[in-house]
Amino acid sequence: MSEKKTNRRDFLFTATYAVGAVGVGATIWPMIDTMNPDASVKALASTEVDVSTVDPGKTITVLWRGKPVFIRRRTQDEIAEAKSVKMEELKHPEKDEDRAKNPEWLVMLGVCTHLGCVPLDQKGDYNGWFCPCHGSHYDISGRIRKGPAPTNMEIPEYKFVNSNTIKIG
Amino acid sequence: MSDHEYIPKSKFGKWFNDRLPLLTLANHLTDYPTPKNLNYWWTFGGILTFCLITQIVTGLVLAMHYIAHADMAFDSVEHIMRDVNYGWLIRYIHANGASMFFLAVYIHIFRSLFYGSYKAPREIIWIIGIIIYLLMMAAAFLGYVLPWGQMSFWGATVITNLFSAIPLVGEGIVTWLWGGYSVDNPTLTRFFTLHYLIPFLILGLVVLHIWALHVPGNNNPVGIDIKKPSKDTVPFHPYIVIKDGFALLMFMIVFAFFVFYTPNILGHADNYIEANPLVTPAHIVPEWYLLPFYAILRSVPDKLLGVVAMLSAILILAALPWLDTSKIRSAVFRPLYRQFYWILVADVLILGYVGAMPAEGLYLLIARVATAYYFLHFLIILPILGFREKTMPLPLSITEPVLGGSQNLALVKDRKKFEN
Repeated sequence: MSEKKTNRRDFLFTATYAVGAVGVGATIWPMIDTMNPDASVKALASTEVDVSTVDPGKTITVLWRGKPVFIRRRTQDEIAEAKSVKMEELKHPEKDEDRAKNPEWLVMLGVCTHLGCVPLDQKGDYNGWFCPCHGSHYDISGRIRKGPAPTNMEIPEYKFVNSNTIKIG
Repeated sequence: MSDHEYIPKSKFGKWFNDRLPLLTLANHLTDYPTPKNLNYWWTFGGILTFCLITQIVTGLVLAMHYIAHADMAFDSVEHIMRDVNYGWLIRYIHANGASMFFLAVYIHIFRSLFYGSYKAPREIIWIIGIIIYLLMMAAAFLGYVLPWGQMSFWGATVITNLFSAIPLVGEGIVTWLWGGYSVDNPTLTRFFTLHYLIPFLILGLVVLHIWALHVPGNNNPVGIDIKKPSKDTVPFHPYIVIKDGFALLMFMIVFAFFVFYTPNILGHADNYIEANPLVTPAHIVPEWYLLPFYAILRSVPDKLLGVVAMLSAILILAALPWLDTSKIRSAVFRPLYRQFYWILVADVLILGYVGAMPAEGLYLLIARVATAYYFLHFLIILPILGFREKTMPLPLSITEPVLGGSQNLALVKDRKKFEN
């Protein structure tokens, strides 16, 4: 076989490899996908919270998708402080207006963006939150100010169903 | 390795061995020529085998009583401690056994570093060893999650979140690892499955580790190549078996001390509080054996680079046979390396200490210096040292330092010719 011509056998090999690769992929994918969130986990994707009892200056923590969500009713001083921060001072610049649609209510995932610990309320150098795991400081808008966390604490999708109820998710 | 063909004495033995040469293997293992100058630092291979078997056997018994469910795991562990006959003993052996396993593996690794056991022709043994070490860390981490205490839960959260540092796909990978949007029941069940699987993977790799070892044979404290079998070797059985056995006994005294007198000293009190996804313990620390790497992670202020630094600190070991350019194996004949070796030991101990301390102020500064030195040792000092260091003359045989001469007198006379 000195001639370099594609023959029947080459075609068969290539076709076999191709079908084999597709087969292996199709077999492995279901096994990998079983590890992704299942239907029962996804079904718990939204939570309604009654916030009528929260006083100004207090934070409540609720569980949403297995993660804590902080709902803080901010005082006028805190709102003023959050709005006064210059964008240049921020590691992850976000305006307070964009984070809290209704400035009185800050609703955010209580999960440190570094490695997922729950930051402590009213601690740290910026009057907001402090993560005890690796020392990230957040301000009263939940924005990262100091420490290893790369971004601000996340704002989940939420809306006021009525003036007393917030629906998260 | 002995070249002679082994023939079983009994007729049945011969019949069986012709069909499955198990007896040949057993003969190879008992006769296996071992350097006769092996010191007690060489007994940790046997000790580690003991540790692995102990973990597998105690783990098997625990798995019969443990329930891998987020609502029941914590209580089932307490049930093992209080209700199951000797459950407290088995669990304390398993929990402290993990620490003993790491204690032994660190001594084993640092013995290899001192005597240059990772150098040619033993690179594959070394790399398999590093893979075993990685799997041990994975198994230990997964196992620590199973009691579903506060440290379990938050340790799992922090470690799985390391993957979120990967750009683009990170978050997806973390969700996939969790099987949800946080560490929860699906995470616990898969962690239990993998925790059960990994020891058997380790067992398989241990077989390869020993197989690869039996090709060139053991390194030894003088680090020179020896003829096998020769007057420089003794058969594995009974000489090494007895020595390993004695060392194992000493090791078991330490082991038993922890199990019976301070079974919780290496654990963390917070893990006797059931997992609570709303509250992170004030001070999260991993188990002691992971502290140096934890310190490296925290010493880098950037999330992705911190994770990269931590992984590199482990993976850099796999490249060690090529980073160390010196042809001389044993630190006994490398006066400069010997000093850098002890500095590295101190550096790792310092990293372990600051890893247990809060990541701020002076501790953070020390962690950064120690992290920098760790990489400096492997990436700069070792490669240069191989070229610059003036090493001491090697003996021509193991017996020479003891008897003042080689078996081969001609070699001793002309030894200048053989030295490099």
